[in-house]
Amino acid sequence: MATKTVEPNRRDFMTIAAGSFAAVGGAAALWPFIDQMNPDASTLSLATVEVDLAPIEEGQSITVSWRGKPVFIRYRTSAEIEESRSVKLDDLADPVARNENVGDSAPATDQNRVNVKNEKMLVMIGICTHLGCIPKGQRVGDEKGEYGGWFCPCHGSHYDTAGRIRKGPAPRNLDVPAYDYISETKIKIG
Amino acid sequence: MAHASSYKPNTAIAKWFDVRLPIMRLMHDQLQDFPTPRNLNYLWTFGGILTFFLVVQLATGIVLAMHYVPHESMAFDSVERIMRDVNWGWLLRYMHSNGASMFFLAVYIHIARGMYYGSYKAPREVLWVLGVFLFLAMMATAFMGYSLVWGQMSFWAVTVITNLFSSLDSIVPGLGTTVVQWIWGGFAVGGPTLTRLFSLHYLLPFVIVGLVILHIWALHVPGNNNPTGIDIKTKSDAVPFHPYYTLKDAYALCLFVILFMGFVFYAPNFLGDPVNYEQADPLQTPPHIVPEWYFLPFYAILRAIPDKLFGVIAFAGSIGLLAFLPWLDTSKVRSTRYRPIYKWFFALFIIVVLALGYLGAKPAEGVYLLFSRIGTALYFGHLLVVLPVLGWFEKPSAMPGSITDDVLGKGSGGSRPSAASASPGRR
Amino acid sequence: MRKFVSPARNLAFGLAGTFLFAAALVVAPPQAVGKADQIKAQSWSFSAPFGMYDRGQLQRGYKVYKQVCAACHGLRLVRFRNLGEPGGPEFSAAAVKALAAEAEVQDGPNDDGEMFTRSGRPSDAFVSPFANVNAARAANNGAYPPDLSVMAKARVGGPDYLYALLTGYKKAPGDMKVGEGMSYNPVFTGGQIAMASPLDADSVEYTDGTPQILENYAKDVSAFLMWTAEPKLEERHKLGFRFMIYLFILAGFLYMAKRRVWARLKH
Repeated sequence: MATKTVEPNRRDFMTIAAGSFAAVGGAAALWPFIDQMNPDASTLSLATVEVDLAPIEEGQSITVSWRGKPVFIRYRTSAEIEESRSVKLDDLADPVARNENVGDSAPATDQNRVNVKNEKMLVMIGICTHLGCIPKGQRVGDEKGEYGGWFCPCHGSHYDTAGRIRKGPAPRNLDVPAYDYISETKIKIG
Repeated sequence: MAHASSYKPNTAIAKWFDVRLPIMRLMHDQLQDFPTPRNLNYLWTFGGILTFFLVVQLATGIVLAMHYVPHESMAFDSVERIMRDVNWGWLLRYMHSNGASMFFLAVYIHIARGMYYGSYKAPREVLWVLGVFLFLAMMATAFMGYSLVWGQMSFWAVTVITNLFSSLDSIVPGLGTTVVQWIWGGFAVGGPTLTRLFSLHYLLPFVIVGLVILHIWALHVPGNNNPTGIDIKTKSDAVPFHPYYTLKDAYALCLFVILFMGFVFYAPNFLGDPVNYEQADPLQTPPHIVPEWYFLPFYAILRAIPDKLFGVIAFAGSIGLLAFLPWLDTSKVRSTRYRPIYKWFFALFIIVVLALGYLGAKPAEGVYLLFSRIGTALYFGHLLVVLPVLGWFEKPSAMPGSITDDVLGKGSGGSRPSAASASPGRR
Repeated sequence: MRKFVSPARNLAFGLAGTFLFAAALVVAPPQAVGKADQIKAQSWSFSAPFGMYDRGQLQRGYKVYKQVCAACHGLRLVRFRNLGEPGGPEFSAAAVKALAAEAEVQDGPNDDGEMFTRSGRPSDAFVSPFANVNAARAANNGAYPPDLSVMAKARVGGPDYLYALLTGYKKAPGDMKVGEGMSYNPVFTGGQIAMASPLDADSVEYTDGTPQILENYAKDVSAFLMWTAEPKLEERHKLGFRFMIYLFILAGFLYMAKRRVWARLKH
């Protein structure tokens, strides 16, 4: 009357097949839960901003917001440009231009950091390439660092008047975003 | 817990752990080797299905909360932003809203199974009472979650249900009003109400997780009931949980998920009320207020009573009484299979609940109201009269001698339920 | 072969319970907002499980919305870029830019601290015709023309309701008194609606040869509003198909695995 229970073989191939098939589906089902944290459609669509440069005077800086990041725009003086151009490439900590509008391997000359249509106007993302703080140097009274450009107070990175890293822990020059002149005095970033 | 542990750690790490935190032993004994009656039918798979839906609701809910904004002027639009802009947002939101419905569908089948097979009887009373608490926590969570959409139906559901507390005014004048204002954080349902509903909607699921752990613990002390209601007597009455019931549960779960995904992909708004796609308007009530389908039977009971306070008491009692089922039912036999008269009362009870569900969606007037009252009377009659009285004189039909006998088709006309093993702990 | 009989019966029992529930739901749908008997089911390209939107229809529907409905009804949840996204009218990128540019969008504040208007960009939302509910009521004799973004999901019958409403204007029966500034429409709750019949034959020009009759206008704009309410419908139907196939195969695997394991028990 008592039924003998056969010790079940837990490695039955059908069970393994079903288990693997379920595991594949389960793994695929994880993707929506991960991908939902990526920037959504409305965020991705807000990719451009237009800036009127006409009101900026020589020697003045403004900061605009693009994709939630500060963009530094400085109308540089001739002295600042002169100083930047006199630097030898060998003296630079990062010899690459880091400008999305020129090639990936373009050298970090002053000309490669700006747009040929207006070499006085320097446009770059104002985020220290070390750990993401906002460097000082935009406002009149700010400390501008040893090279007269920008100085990051978090860990002491010094940028020159072309936004290139000269001293301190930051690994790269400040990034120049993709932008173009849509008129004489207007640029479109992104 | 009910059986000797058969776990043998076979690596050095496993041995090291086993004397410090025997979690592998727990998993092995409770989820793998646990002796389970060999005759459980597919109605016993709903416990696993419910666990799955708890996980689905938690996972989708946590990611939806990353995009939802609990603010009266932004909540509705933030839900639509999830539906339109967030990557996979439409899928996650439809899974969450339909998942709630599936959760309730599964819990109703689970409860009905427990009632039919007498799973609440000794020694499983604590297991059952914990289940009633779980059901209450689920209802509260679902209600709060529905309010977060901040559509017209959300808003007026919150208004109507929170106003139930104002019935306390008829016991202590002013008390109800005070309580309701405390719940609202204002003089009407508004922004502060929404924010606290959101907070509690995020909290309660974790309370549910805790209750589920206790529920499973309370299940694993006496072990599963089964369709015969007869306890496990010999080794041949039981099989190890894995792989027998893991596979059976997985198969049933897969079928249930097909139903779930059918709703999500092909009829995602079928179970919801269209009016909730209108943004909440505190100055205008929709012409016809209906709760989500899973609350309809209880809503019908609430509306069937003409007095405000007694309506609320009946509403609360219709759920609260379930907790007393183990003591209301006087029958010595667990399974309805062997109760020739109760069988018919049980069928009537199911019909009454479904009918109340139908009536809850209809306007509370005329013939609908009359039938709601009859249904309410039958509902309480079943719990308060049929269950206690019937057990005293109903003569149970012949029962098999053991689970094995039942499975192998022997033993009809075997032992009578007076056999010690079949009597649920009344000795 | 008892082992096959018993689980099958139990499964049937379980499924019967499920269907009983489902049947109860079908029998007891929420009370209709409009008059259900007036709403006839239309054939829509998107309603079947594999249904997709008809691009031409959505583009025509957009035109009807733009030229007729937009005067009073907003679509605040829709953005111009949506018009070019897959699963919608799928206007070209250039067309989306042009359509967006037609809108005047408020932006600001500018450097002087003032708000200003500029032409729309694809990332902008549709601009509602009225600043707020009060302004809408003031301009419409006290009636509020609701936002239509999710209207196709906010009424029983969905697009069928919208179609029925738009084509449902009739001469009022003799014994009915229609209020000042109201129109008789038996589809609308109460039979009186503040919106005068909005569509007339030949009022919107179709360039693809579709006959310019009221029924086509109503159908196209109803389909368009279904899309604004449910822009991910095509993605949902496509993904659902794959997911369902996967689940059915998995169910087959699990059933076979379960049978093999249970066959070890002596019966």
